[in-house]
Amino acid sequence: MAVVHEGEHHEHPAYQRHHFVSMEQQKESASFGMWLFLLTEIMFFGGMFTAYLIYRNWYYPAFVAGSHTLSIVLGTTNTAVLITSSFTMAMGVWCAETRKRGGLILSIILTLILGLAFLGIKSVEYHEKWVQHHVPGLRFDAMTFVHPKAEPGQPVEPGLPLDMAQHTEIYFSLYFAMTGMHALHMIIGMGLLVFMLVKAMRGAYDNGNIAFIENFGLYWHFVDIVWIFLFPLLYLISRHQ
Amino acid sequence: MSELETHHGEEPHIVSPKIYVLIAATLLICTALTVAASYLELGPWNAVVALGIAVFKATLVVLFFMHIKYSSKLMKLTVFAGLFTFLALVGMSMSDYISRAWGSF
Repeated sequence: MAVVHEGEHHEHPAYQRHHFVSMEQQKESASFGMWLFLLTEIMFFGGMFTAYLIYRNWYYPAFVAGSHTLSIVLGTTNTAVLITSSFTMAMGVWCAETRKRGGLILSIILTLILGLAFLGIKSVEYHEKWVQHHVPGLRFDAMTFVHPKAEPGQPVEPGLPLDMAQHTEIYFSLYFAMTGMHALHMIIGMGLLVFMLVKAMRGAYDNGNIAFIENFGLYWHFVDIVWIFLFPLLYLISRHQ
Repeated sequence: MSELETHHGEEPHIVSPKIYVLIAATLLICTALTVAASYLELGPWNAVVALGIAVFKATLVVLFFMHIKYSSKLMKLTVFAGLFTFLALVGMSMSDYISRAWGSF
């Protein structure tokens, strides 16, 4: 265009990159990129979910017996903790959008505490597995599934034949692979939360440049969704079989 | 002036805390429901109910916590493409797995 109109260089924030036409376009591009990353994450976890599906069909009695060793109380508590942390993170995004620095800092701290609570409960569960020789590897012992001990207040589990009992190691391998990768995502997320907490306290988000917080919110909710599927698959669906 | 307006577009949609509270409460209720349902003896339906509730919960998280309900068509299509690709890959793996032994019975 040869003619430069009056007012063509309209107001835009300093953090708008020069190659974007508008802030909407910049924001759209950032969240589009974040979603593409999340799609690769769906494929990554999807592979493990598919492996779980196939092996569960293959070694069904072993997967049922393995599932019975998990604590429904701890699993349910952790689900509630993680959903609440997703809620506090959503509130953090809202505080950032409405430029409430104090609310944002509080939301990030609450999300961090709930994330720590989740990992704490998870480590209690992992420790129990270690004590019971259910961690795959040299310490693994399938004999507890051949001759199950009577738990107080619970019906005695029927024993498995030795070859099927040994396949419980596959259940626990998938259990540790899936919950372990999920926990790793949470640890990475909590590192990013600390980073955002420091920046928020310095007032870095007060000018409305909050793409990082919004995209972190997407990541944190994605980790929540992974757990929403892990919980019923690992803990619940084999209760009665 | 109309030229300028096309550059400005709409204000980005801000999802209100009310909706977040409502969705979080629904998610917690659904968690209680799925745990309660796991104590019922439903045979093969236990897995169907548990996964059905999980899909419902995940949908709420994507639509409201992740703002997809209020996002552009490009974002909606991106999420749908991810879901479609995931289901296509799982579906193809499963069709391979269930058809391996055909002809050997």
